[in-house]
Amino acid sequence: MACIEAHGLRKAFGKAIALDGVDLLVETGRILGIVGPNGAGKTTALNAMLGLISYEGDLKVLGRDPWRERDQLMRDVAFIADIALLPRWMGVSQALDYVAGVHPRFDRAKAEVLLAKTTINRGSWIGDLSKGMVTQLHLALVMAIDAKLLVLDEPTLGLDILFRKQFYDTLLNDYFDHNRTIVVTTHQVEEIENVLTDLMIIDRGRIVLSCSMEEFEMRFVEVMVHPEQVDAARSLKPIYERQVFGRAILLFDGVDHDRLAALGEVRTPGIADLFVAVSGGLPGAGAAR
Amino acid sequence: MSTLPESALDPRRIAPAVALAARQVYWSVRRELWEDRFIFIAPLTVAAIVLAGFVLSTSYSITEVLKLPPALRQDIIEKPYDLAAFAMMVTGFFVAAFYCLDALHSERRDHSILFWKSLPVSDLATVLSKAAIPLVILPLVVFAITVTLQLTMLLFNWVMMLGDSRNIAALWNHMPLLGKSLWFLYGLAAISPWYAPIYGWLMMISGWARRATLLWAVLPVIVVGVLDRLVSDTSHVQYFLQYRFFGWYAEAFDFKPHGGHLGLPVAVDPLKFLSTPGMWLGLAFAAGFFVAAARLRRYRGPL
Repeated sequence: MACIEAHGLRKAFGKAIALDGVDLLVETGRILGIVGPNGAGKTTALNAMLGLISYEGDLKVLGRDPWRERDQLMRDVAFIADIALLPRWMGVSQALDYVAGVHPRFDRAKAEVLLAKTTINRGSWIGDLSKGMVTQLHLALVMAIDAKLLVLDEPTLGLDILFRKQFYDTLLNDYFDHNRTIVVTTHQVEEIENVLTDLMIIDRGRIVLSCSMEEFEMRFVEVMVHPEQVDAARSLKPIYERQVFGRAILLFDGVDHDRLAALGEVRTPGIADLFVAVSGGLPGAGAAR
Repeated sequence: MSTLPESALDPRRIAPAVALAARQVYWSVRRELWEDRFIFIAPLTVAAIVLAGFVLSTSYSITEVLKLPPALRQDIIEKPYDLAAFAMMVTGFFVAAFYCLDALHSERRDHSILFWKSLPVSDLATVLSKAAIPLVILPLVVFAITVTLQLTMLLFNWVMMLGDSRNIAALWNHMPLLGKSLWFLYGLAAISPWYAPIYGWLMMISGWARRATLLWAVLPVIVVGVLDRLVSDTSHVQYFLQYRFFGWYAEAFDFKPHGGHLGLPVAVDPLKFLSTPGMWLGLAFAAGFFVAAARLRRYRGPL
């Protein structure tokens, strides 16, 4: 069964169209990364999947309509929203008590094990923890929930690089298995590159690219072209060209690898480079429109 | 029976669902008490102030009071106990009102609403657990603190009268503390459903308004009241508010001059209270407000 299935998903806030007919299919056991500039519609898409906002079009998450069956859906879905904050007035052990009390699928022992790996003191107030520790606590709470779908919206925003790396390591090693599905959005695309199984690039409410990472590696090739080969390379219709240290780097979609290898040094592009190519601007440029 | 398909009404499926809902409401109520510790602190503070005032005034006046004839004396000794109960009751109302005004606003303000919404607790269960604070928890807190306060006051009176066994005997015999407490508990139990629409209104506003919840809660009532006075030259709104705030006293007690039992001024009359249309109408409005608050929470995100 598909974990998430959307057809013609649309959402408008007044005149602003946040999602403009999105079709989406996420199979169980995948880790999907949604990448896009600010205001591209990433959070709106996630909010629709989580039943936090109403929408037009068809959307099924774990076979349920997220808006109408939200309460049942939340037993099988866990999420960290980009601006979700754990309440500052709560104690760490109170947070454990509360989630254990209300969530039938919460494994308190597992949360305790995860917390023991951090420096978080059980007797602390959340308001006294550092930003990184609050995220660690939130992740420990969420990972101890036996959910079928985990949604993470900018989960590492504002954390330093050590915390960010540890965050994804923990997620992969201690949580992910092939019965679960993870959907994650982030601006730090280079950090999730090796984590993802699928990639979706979204801009102005539309999907501009959607593929698996195997497909990504097959389709997209970046070539640092030998100066004398530049014209030959350009004739193969690159989707993007940039200059680094006076050398032309051309990005190709679906051109034979062997043919490109003759033109220069070949490598698989980073998601960030592809993102720039397909959305025609730097990450964040969408917000300035 | 076996021909019926397994339906949602199957007790084997309902029982765990009800148990889970009950557990969620229980933990949600505890969460409210963790968050809003003023539910205990405010009544305790008022009780401490009342006690301090009582101790001071009694220390000064006890020798004079003991010289008075017994009938008059008992009245003067008893009065602070009633005043203390009254002060605690009023405190309870203000704590409840401010709690309701903040109940659905603070979680949007501090963005924790997205954390709460990531857990499988329905909006209605959340609103009901929040409604339980003014309707059930606070009256019990106020009652417990008031009884403790009055017992402490009695103990102090007793200490002041040490050395005079006749006075102590008179104090014990004439101080109807148990009766007073039951009477007070009944009063609190009557206020709860009577004020439920007020609490429901405040909670609905706290779920709706983006800021200045107090203003949004009070201003429309004032505007309607002024229009009522100026345009139609009537006082319907004023009477309506008077009845809602003070009517419970007239409806819950029996003022017939056959004298109260247990030495109390008025007798309780639960049957009259339960047959008052104003009580049930208020409850119906309260239900509407709380359901509206739950609906609003569904659509609202962080501020």
